[in-house]
Amino acid sequence: MSTMWAASPSELLMRAATKTAGRRRSVTRRRMTLIAGLVMLGLVIAAVLLAPVLVSYSPTAIDPLHPLAPPGTPGHLLGTDQFGRDLLSRVLYGGRIDLAIAFGATIVTLVGGTIIGLVAGYVGGKLDSFLMRLVDLFFAFPFLVLIIAIVAMLGPSVFNMFLAIWITSWVAYARIMRAQTVVAKKQQYVLAARALGYRPWRIMFRHILPTTASAVILFSMVDAVGNIILAASLGFLGLGTQPPTPEWGVMISDGQNYILTSWWLATIPGLAVVFTGVAFSLIGDGLADLLRAGDR
Amino acid sequence: MLPRRLVHLVIVLLGITLVTFGLLRLIPGDPALAILGSSYTHARAVAIDNFLGLNRPIWIQYGLFMGRLARGNLGFSFFYDLPASTVIAHHVAPTLFLVIYSAVLAAAISFPIGFGAGLRRGGVLDQSARVFFTLSFAMPAFWLGIILIIVFSVHLHVFPLNGFGSGFVGHLYNLFLPALTIALGFSTVLVRSLRAATIATLQAEFIDTAQMKGIPWSQVLWRHVFRNAVLAVVAVYGVNLAYLISGTVLVENVFALPGLGTLLVSSVADRDYPVVQGVTLLFAVLIVVINLLTDVVQAALDPRVGQEIGE
Repeated sequence: MSTMWAASPSELLMRAATKTAGRRRSVTRRRMTLIAGLVMLGLVIAAVLLAPVLVSYSPTAIDPLHPLAPPGTPGHLLGTDQFGRDLLSRVLYGGRIDLAIAFGATIVTLVGGTIIGLVAGYVGGKLDSFLMRLVDLFFAFPFLVLIIAIVAMLGPSVFNMFLAIWITSWVAYARIMRAQTVVAKKQQYVLAARALGYRPWRIMFRHILPTTASAVILFSMVDAVGNIILAASLGFLGLGTQPPTPEWGVMISDGQNYILTSWWLATIPGLAVVFTGVAFSLIGDGLADLLRAGDR
Repeated sequence: MLPRRLVHLVIVLLGITLVTFGLLRLIPGDPALAILGSSYTHARAVAIDNFLGLNRPIWIQYGLFMGRLARGNLGFSFFYDLPASTVIAHHVAPTLFLVIYSAVLAAAISFPIGFGAGLRRGGVLDQSARVFFTLSFAMPAFWLGIILIIVFSVHLHVFPLNGFGSGFVGHLYNLFLPALTIALGFSTVLVRSLRAATIATLQAEFIDTAQMKGIPWSQVLWRHVFRNAVLAVVAVYGVNLAYLISGTVLVENVFALPGLGTLLVSSVADRDYPVVQGVTLLFAVLIVVINLLTDVVQAALDPRVGQEIGE
């Protein structure tokens, strides 16, 4: 069946990463990647959670006397937007939604997709063919277009954005996990467990899952980057978070109207997205190196 | 080879129609009310109920949907007061142009970089490409587009802020920044694949054979390494077409291009459901068809692929 439904860009990246990255890197440098990623992500989470302590302005407090102040203005480290709202405060509070999507959407689809793939691969037969045709079907749609269409029908809101991601994103995990399970099923340790008369759920969750989980966990890091970008994209298109609630994508979209005079409005929230995305990428790369080192 | 592929194709196409049909069922409440919006009258609501068959069993509704589809009827856009298919047809050209343009640009950017990085692993090109593409992987396409506008349009005045332009050269000029935005994002995947493929090909035995036959190294690189590495990337193109199209949807909105992506998003805001449904369907069918073409091209370029599929 070759390449027709092979992989999303992120899956390919993950494969490329596991194949080529870190072949000649030392153990310390491998750990460095992981540590750097964790520190960056820790910083983002801390900044977002401690927002009330770090900034004294409310993200929605309007100051008509000081609109469009550039970064470095006394009292407004990153400047203000067209309504005089403090940009730093908006970036910090806005990150809460993007991080919630990165974790909330990714964890739910990781768990759901993994269980579906595990069961499909282990049980096989008609259930397996049905589920895998369903997966093929989702891969036939451009991911973003399908999510936009679902949000369009349900109505734009943060919860419906979660829902749309949950409906569509489990498929990648299901496909990866199924492939792993089909291989594991024929291996000695699974045959031994079956010969001992263990029940299927015990073999699936206590024997196969622990030995094969690394692939889906690595993919979830790539997926988290994708979900942050997706959350920002939907916000940008006006399909996720609704103003005046701050969110990085919404802020970029607002800022686009002022690029002729105030470049910082669109630039700074985007830098926050890139910083967070790179943090997840580094964690993923670092984990991949560590896990493969463990294999040898 | 063909019959199995065709059966699979028909199943996927049927599935796509099922999903698109199901989309309208996601609307909470009465679809007729939602579709009509502010142009609601009782007579029109009754007409829509009859058109969609809302008072009939669901399989009959699906049958009606398929029957209309076969005649190219996607429903009526009350927002534009035109058939949805007409509205969509007006917006196809910029999107197609942009997808092809960015695919070509992506090849122009990533072929030299990926090939060069694979030839000299750990070299300057390889290292800087790794850093650059790690960053661009975490970069939202729409944000990159805005940054390019700020740099090249607002400050350097090299390219227009937005618009589609007129004539072929005008399109090429106007769409350069949008296409570059998509191409940079897409290059991440291409460079990594091409680099990996180049490294793998360099280790193949036929490269040693070619060298031992006394073929000049430049010839070996061009005719053996590059050709084989590019073959691997043809597959990546087809598989990631969905990614290109997602990029197009976002970037069209950034640059205010009159394409399908802009239409899709504005139709969501206008609650123009038949147009949303039609655009989704069109994109999915486009992807399936181009995937098929990629497989055919691949089989034509590399006889081994054809045999593999034929199994």
